[in-house]
Amino acid sequence: MSAEPILQVDGLSAGYGAVPVLREVTLSVPTGTIAAVLGANGAGKTTLLRTLSGLLRPTGGRVLFDGADLRVVRVEGLVRRGLAHVPEGRGIVAELTVDENLRLGGLWRRDRADARRAQDEVYQLFEPLARRRRHAGHQLSGGERQMLALGRALIGRPRLLLLDEPSLGLAPRVTAQIMALLRQLCDSKGLTVLLVEQNVRSALSVADQGVVMSLGRVVMATGAAQLRDDEKLRHAYLGF
Amino acid sequence: MTATRTGLSTADRQPTRPSPLRRLLPGPPGSPGPGDSALLRHLILAGLAGTIVVLVTNQLEPYQNLQVARVCAFLCVTAGYTVLVGLNGQLSLGHGALMATGAYTVALTQQAFDERAVQGRWILPLSLLLAVAVTAVVGLVIGLAAARLRGPYLAGVTLAVATLVPAITTIFTEVFNGEQGLRFPSETPPAFLGAYFQPERWLAWIALAAALLTMLLMANLVRSRFGRSLRAVRDDEVAAGLCGIHVAGSQVLAFVVSAACAGLGGGVYAVLTATVAPGKFALDLSLFLLMAIVIGGLGSLAGAVWGAILLVALQELPSLITETFTLPSDLAQRLEGNLALAVFGLILIVVMIVAPAGLQGAARSLAARLRRRASSR
Repeated sequence: MSAEPILQVDGLSAGYGAVPVLREVTLSVPTGTIAAVLGANGAGKTTLLRTLSGLLRPTGGRVLFDGADLRVVRVEGLVRRGLAHVPEGRGIVAELTVDENLRLGGLWRRDRADARRAQDEVYQLFEPLARRRRHAGHQLSGGERQMLALGRALIGRPRLLLLDEPSLGLAPRVTAQIMALLRQLCDSKGLTVLLVEQNVRSALSVADQGVVMSLGRVVMATGAAQLRDDEKLRHAYLGF
Repeated sequence: MTATRTGLSTADRQPTRPSPLRRLLPGPPGSPGPGDSALLRHLILAGLAGTIVVLVTNQLEPYQNLQVARVCAFLCVTAGYTVLVGLNGQLSLGHGALMATGAYTVALTQQAFDERAVQGRWILPLSLLLAVAVTAVVGLVIGLAAARLRGPYLAGVTLAVATLVPAITTIFTEVFNGEQGLRFPSETPPAFLGAYFQPERWLAWIALAAALLTMLLMANLVRSRFGRSLRAVRDDEVAAGLCGIHVAGSQVLAFVVSAACAGLGGGVYAVLTATVAPGKFALDLSLFLLMAIVIGGLGSLAGAVWGAILLVALQELPSLITETFTLPSDLAQRLEGNLALAVFGLILIVVMIVAPAGLQGAARSLAARLRRRASSR
């Protein structure tokens, strides 16, 4: 991949209190590609995303997003720079309607007209949401919540999307459809995705790059096809 | 890396389909609803409520009018309070103290003008405005601390504020005149209403104006961008931050808005009796306020109305009982002090068991049930 990496992580370390979780993680994600971060429970995948989006202060290393150091940006400033993070648990406001939840994603935007356009586009992408736009967040199914969280992130027209376990609690078919949609957004809009997944097969089906983490370190970063097709590699690092 | 794109599940990845998720649910997409003007609806509602209350006050005795006025004064407080606790999830136990701040600001302002023999209709609005401003500043200070604290810790700090403010008034006796409190000239009805216009009716109108203004502002705030971000912060601070919402900033602002409402309510409350004394703003006032908005229904402005009515009604209960029944004098005296708190606690327990969403929540679900029954017939 010759394209300039939109995300460059160098020697990133972070932890909770005295417990180190990330140990000098280095990876780079080229613009317009999908990178899947894989690994067992406790490998540090979610911590990696949380550190990238500033929810957790790194203890060392640096993060370059589009050439700018992310460590100095506050959480609420990230979305203005074009970085969206869909956290685990998704953060849907149960009391607000689908419509209001989506508008939350565009709250910070000055360009109201474009925020509305983005909202219409999200409704086109996720037809089930359009049908339930006046329903409250707590009335949605798990799949619809995931679509809403993803849609809300897209309202900000991000260039980099950090996704934490989008397949969690979803039917395989819905997961496959969400993965396909990510691929489509990358190919048509130049979106870059950093995807954390337990569901290795589904993640590798759309990813360009697979990053395998274990105990807070990146143990391997290679083409997704290679991980998928090389049985020995897959067996050694992913256990199937 | 084109090779990677021919993967495990090619069937789901055909670019010709506009959205694969479109197949998840049948039917056409919902049409965007008509842009209903919330502001207009709130204005009409406020106008209607105001007219009704004004008509009612024309029929009432002086004491009853004073009670209406007190309900309105409390409504200013509960409306702002329920937004903070219900919508933004910040538990404050110090709103009685914030009321005191507003009340003392009004009293001191009025006294200052009275000493210099300045008179005029503009003094009342000015002193109420000052009450709002001063209380908002106090709210800002507490809010800045509150944004760093969560749940019980925040409650603890605001509890300290609730006990601190009455204490301050007794420490600086030269300014606040200790337990005696302050007196200032009472509001009289303007001349154009006639020489025999009931003063209590005029007070009720002043309080009503303040309550309507507060309700109108809060109703619009709840539905605004700010209102939505307050709920987002309450439900999930991380997700709210990732949405680009300044979490701490919105929490502080919520506290300031809520404090300003409490200041206005406290100021109006002082105007009704033309006195302030620390005894009125003791800790139990803060607890009463909290119980009122919880019983009314947290986060609901209609619930704030129920709460304000309840606050005034329950304070009348002991005297009502001692008047209707002939009780031994020592029992009557004990009831006088404690009955309101006991009954309030009892109602709180019953409401929490029977209707966890408060009176307003119960009314809403009852209405929904009636509507369903009507439509099924």
